[in-house]
Amino acid sequence: MPGVSKNRQREIERAFELRRQLSSAGLTKRELLKMGLMAGGIATLPIKGAFAKALRPPVLFGGGPSSPPTRSFIEPMPRFTVKQPVASLNPAPTVAPNTAAGEGRKLSHQVLTQFPPQKFYSVSQQQAQVSMSPDLPMQTIWGFDGLLPGPLYIAKYGEPILVRNFNNLPPQNQNGGFGLPSVSTHLHNGHTPSESDGGPCFFFERGQFYDQHYPNVLAGFASTHPPNGDINESLSSLWYHDHRVDFTSQNLYKGLAGMYNLFNNFDNGDETNGAGFRLPSGEFDVNIMLNDKVFDPNTGLLFFDIFNLDGILGDKFLANGKIQPFFQVHPRRYRFRIVDGGPSRFYQMFLTDLNNLSAHNLFWQISVDGNLLPKPVQVESFRMGVAQRADIIIDFSAFAGRSIYFENRLEQQDGRGPTGNVLAAGQGNLIIRFDVVLPPVQDNSANPAAIAKFYDLPSTAATPRITRTFRFERTNGQWAINGRFMSCTQDPNRPPGNFVPRFKVQQNSVEHWILQNNSGGWEHPIHIHFEEFQILSINGQPPANSPLVLTGRSDVVRLEHNTQVELFFRFRDFLGSHPLHCHNVVHEDHAMMLLWEIAIQGDNNTQP
Amino acid sequence: MPNELKPHSMSSRERTRDRYFPNVTLRTHQNKKVRFYDDLLKDKIVTINFMYSKCEGVCPGITANLLKVQKLLGARMGRDIFMYSITLKPEQDTPKVLKQYAKMHAAGPGWFFLTGEPADIELLRRKLGFTDPDPELDKDKSSHIGNVRYGNEALQLWAACPGLADARWIAESISWVDWPKKSG
Repeated sequence: MPGVSKNRQREIERAFELRRQLSSAGLTKRELLKMGLMAGGIATLPIKGAFAKALRPPVLFGGGPSSPPTRSFIEPMPRFTVKQPVASLNPAPTVAPNTAAGEGRKLSHQVLTQFPPQKFYSVSQQQAQVSMSPDLPMQTIWGFDGLLPGPLYIAKYGEPILVRNFNNLPPQNQNGGFGLPSVSTHLHNGHTPSESDGGPCFFFERGQFYDQHYPNVLAGFASTHPPNGDINESLSSLWYHDHRVDFTSQNLYKGLAGMYNLFNNFDNGDETNGAGFRLPSGEFDVNIMLNDKVFDPNTGLLFFDIFNLDGILGDKFLANGKIQPFFQVHPRRYRFRIVDGGPSRFYQMFLTDLNNLSAHNLFWQISVDGNLLPKPVQVESFRMGVAQRADIIIDFSAFAGRSIYFENRLEQQDGRGPTGNVLAAGQGNLIIRFDVVLPPVQDNSANPAAIAKFYDLPSTAATPRITRTFRFERTNGQWAINGRFMSCTQDPNRPPGNFVPRFKVQQNSVEHWILQNNSGGWEHPIHIHFEEFQILSINGQPPANSPLVLTGRSDVVRLEHNTQVELFFRFRDFLGSHPLHCHNVVHEDHAMMLLWEIAIQGDNNTQP
Repeated sequence: MPNELKPHSMSSRERTRDRYFPNVTLRTHQNKKVRFYDDLLKDKIVTINFMYSKCEGVCPGITANLLKVQKLLGARMGRDIFMYSITLKPEQDTPKVLKQYAKMHAAGPGWFFLTGEPADIELLRRKLGFTDPDPELDKDKSSHIGNVRYGNEALQLWAACPGLADARWIAESISWVDWPKKSG
């Protein structure tokens, strides 16, 4: 590497990492100085003996342990495994649940015959052994096809698919200390009929399967924009994850999550095709799932704090299942589709040059929550709460021959949420090191600065049929929405699988939802299934795009404390129940969730 | 491996016990000495919540709610399902006081109100995660955590729900950590 030798680079990294770990171990600047660790000497110290102990305080957040030390940037970041279709499924999928064959679905498919699947997939949720770091033992996970992260689906608008989802998880008493082998897989962001959406109450058991029909159809196809839907509602980067009521945090932490890229004729996965947006494609279109985890300091095994009520923070940062990997790139543009895979952390990601901490390394944000913006926005950072996605374009040509880091600089000390401090460059969590060491190659992708438009934002001018208000609250440690708690209560007057909703939205109508968070100090990433919303206002002010991009079509809103946001919704096309919930999955599991339903006739409950 | 990690000699069940379930001695409202792990948790399906007899905030509602849960659980209460309500004010809540409280609320078999040494109670409260991250709120007993843990010690299945959640829903939640059905 010109300018900086590899060894020197490692020393710099290690110094930053050790200082971060020591300060998270609760040692003050003065104590560090006393130990002579604020100067240069730290870089050469081995992670052994007294040092390992210093890095291993008995208590971290909320009484949990802190992880044993691991080396950084010694393994490559794996790419997602692309899921391959099967020729057919036996028995063939049916509209009504095939209970006799072992299907756990309770409700019939709404549009299976209208959108016949053109591809079939079979996926198995099962236990597997994976390595998250060469410094830790093999870890027992639950993964889709036994993979961490789960496989990547490559889907296209106009090409409906059906996924047969098998629960092959081990028996209850073989969960290794946490996790319930009862699951529901949510395709997060999909315009998916309720019975295939994977909501919290649609869980199925060991030995069962569940057919999930994804029509891959644009919102509005049966309402505002027949027959094909509104192109401006196109979704691009989705993910899927377990959503089992009360046990989502455990099952997600065990590994039950993957991603789903959805293409159309514009965002077409071919940077050489001038009819499309020419976004970096193929090898240069990279999915990244971020997670933070804790490992038992004695055994090095994955640790989950089963009695945490606030939110679980890890002290190890993983990208695509590896702790602090490196990723080798060519000096050209790449598209990254990044998801905050939880369980509870908020991130603000920057590109950091450890050899030039004062540099502002800019890149392009092209989506919020995986939905392309009206056009690319040049940014220095982006922020995500759990389940949020951001698509970004980084041009590595300016960094040829060098390394640059993906760094989270958002300070967060417990499950309550970020402190509000954005740390200085190099003081945060270095998560991925991009090594721009591969040879120059052709770049056919469009320069984001020259992209004038992706999609228009759908109009929010329509008058709402109703405005509803939701207060996100905590009393005596109990998470609530409008003072009430989650339950999946079967409606006694309807067939099994019909749950009592808290309120009914009228099909094909417009609503405004006001979300309020008056609780001192808690921040909630609030997710609403099925339709994208647009933020109309935050504390009465229209959302701005600086310093963080807040306009666009989203499905998660970061509800900061003492904040009120007003959202625009249009509920279209399908009927059925969906949840609204906090996506800090620990809050979600402790009842900060409700079910609502799209029905022929809506109700007028303004504070459901 | 550079970490001096020990291969795990303990099973995950033993690790969970080691980390979360100190085997402290408590007293029931019937003034019987019990060990927290050996006598109350081992091989059982349980609910655990914290309360105190003079609590005028969230406790009366939760106790009334748990009474409904107890009725829904029927004959299994006291057989393989047990409910534990641990006092946050052991100095005041003697076994005698708790016995009166249990009687007043018509708590049936299998539901134990527990007191003990203040340090042991505090250890349990911390180990079981009935704490608030705000130190001031954590000190204020009237704002104590009102959730109910439910779990199956043998199967290592643990979760929690709000103590004021619908009683039928709490009873259904407990069924998720139940023993596997014999058939199917």
